[in-house]
Amino acid sequence: MTRDVDWERLAATAEFKALLKAKAKFVVPATIFFILYYFSLPLLVGYAPQLMARKVFGVINVAYLFALSQFLMAWIVAWLYVRAAARFDRMARDVVEKGSR
Amino acid sequence: MSHALVMFLGFIAVTLWITWWAARKSAGASAFFAAGRSLKAWQNGIAVAGDYMSAASFLGIAGIIAFQGYDGFMYSVGWLVAYLTVLLIVAEPLRNAGKYTMADVLAYRLSPRPVRAMGALSTLTVSTFYMIAQMVGAGALVSLLLKGTGITYQTAVVGIGVLMIVYVVFGGMLATTWVQIVKAVLLMAGTILLSILVLGHFGFSFGAFFEAIGEVTYTNAQGNPVTQDFMTPGLRYAPPYGALDLISLGMALIFGTAGLPHILVRFYTVPDAQTARKSVVWAMLIIGTFYILTTFLGFGAATIVGRDFIAANGGNNMSAPLLAQALGGNLFFAFISAIAFATILAVVAGLTISASTSFAHDFWTNVLHGGRERREGEEVRVARVAAFFVGGISILIAIVLGPTANVAFLVALAFAVAASANLPVIVLSLFWRRFNTAGAVCGLATGLVSSLVLIAMSPSILRADAIFPLENPGIVSIPLGFLGAVLGTLLTREPQAEQKFTELSVRANTGLGAERASSH
Repeated sequence: MTRDVDWERLAATAEFKALLKAKAKFVVPATIFFILYYFSLPLLVGYAPQLMARKVFGVINVAYLFALSQFLMAWIVAWLYVRAAARFDRMARDVVEKGSR
Repeated sequence: MSHALVMFLGFIAVTLWITWWAARKSAGASAFFAAGRSLKAWQNGIAVAGDYMSAASFLGIAGIIAFQGYDGFMYSVGWLVAYLTVLLIVAEPLRNAGKYTMADVLAYRLSPRPVRAMGALSTLTVSTFYMIAQMVGAGALVSLLLKGTGITYQTAVVGIGVLMIVYVVFGGMLATTWVQIVKAVLLMAGTILLSILVLGHFGFSFGAFFEAIGEVTYTNAQGNPVTQDFMTPGLRYAPPYGALDLISLGMALIFGTAGLPHILVRFYTVPDAQTARKSVVWAMLIIGTFYILTTFLGFGAATIVGRDFIAANGGNNMSAPLLAQALGGNLFFAFISAIAFATILAVVAGLTISASTSFAHDFWTNVLHGGRERREGEEVRVARVAAFFVGGISILIAIVLGPTANVAFLVALAFAVAASANLPVIVLSLFWRRFNTAGAVCGLATGLVSSLVLIAMSPSILRADAIFPLENPGIVSIPLGFLGAVLGTLLTREPQAEQKFTELSVRANTGLGAERASSH
């Protein structure tokens, strides 16, 4: 069945191009953001230890809160992606429908 | 018979029943390699977590935190964030474009023989190194946990090896999956329970708990008692190379997880890319919760049990079990030990099936026999035989190395190879039209060789004479892997690979023509 698909024609449709564009518009900035956010943890701990050791309340310091925030960050980015991906799924269906016509 | 032994036997009985059930249920290649692609998102998500959270996580990270405080917790962060790479970049295109292995995605538009041969080599390298690390650790641990029952290191290694072979050979991916699900549920139950008991020890007061972390007392190398704030960063990763090593390790985690063959094959077990996506989210919820709770496991062990006691009773890997003993007595110690045992078994079973799948599907069928089975069912038969060999070889190496071998670097090596060899070629083949066979072979080879060479020159092997100062080679080997892939591509031209990129791109992004679920 899939052998009959005209991939070139599908790839050339406005719908497919819009899908790629929409995906890139989310995935590229999201990836850059999470990589920067993640690596700022070891960078700051390694090169700004005084700042990271500063106490916020009790013994809880900036370093611990920042590490904890990484978990929240990962979950939030995942949630935003799942929301955006629902839109990508609809766009992909449009492309496939166009292919079967 | 000790409580621990009874619980170990109980877990073995449950998993053998699962294997028997799976063996009756499944028939055919897609059932054996991909559980019929019919798993639900939550099932695969929990199985991914069970496949991923090894004894190194459960016992190792608790131990690092118990001994070196905050740095251990910082280390645990990367294990979750890594899943964003899996979610955003790899899982869905892989599910849409592949069939059973990582190399399927490469072979889609590149010359199949060379990329599959290299892909299989890299998969077998990652899986075997990771497996030997698990087996040596497991053997030492099980003989320690079952102290007094007469079970030696050798018996433990053989026992674990035989069980993982049985799960894979008879139950295939379906049995492996359910062993991983049971393990993940047990691990989460044990971790949550232990965390509650730790808080209970401090009268359910976070304030009292964190206050205790602020003044942990232990005996230092000079034999003097020291009191230290365990929330302070830098107790493990100290200058001059500490921060660089940590960044290097972070790179191996963030880019390597999405290149681990035994994790990638899990995304073929669901019906479509949407389910693959949802299963990553399930996995992230479980994995994230677990690593946040290492706060209680690790700092709990540091404050309640204490470094000195742990050091005198089996070393830092025993932190979590000893904490369980301190808080819940022998029965709870046995329960946590059984969970550690389940954790090891689930991970080695996942490694065995991914290694044997790659050998049978990539190397046997596609490299040696031009992509066709000569007799029906040959691929599954070859995979079963391969599982015997992979398991047998791992048992032998683990016994030869012995319980005292330093194997922690093998885990670093597995992640480094996954990040430096596998990930660059997966990403480039999915997103770069110009990418070609020479680039893939070159990238896989550069990533593999540079990781091996850098580890061989590192302090893990050469101790004080290390030529390369970091224990984790990622910061050098990952860029080298990408560079190799790009240079190999630019030096050659392969119009066919470029032409077929269109087809791969449409398929990866829309799911058109993706492999369907076979059963139900």
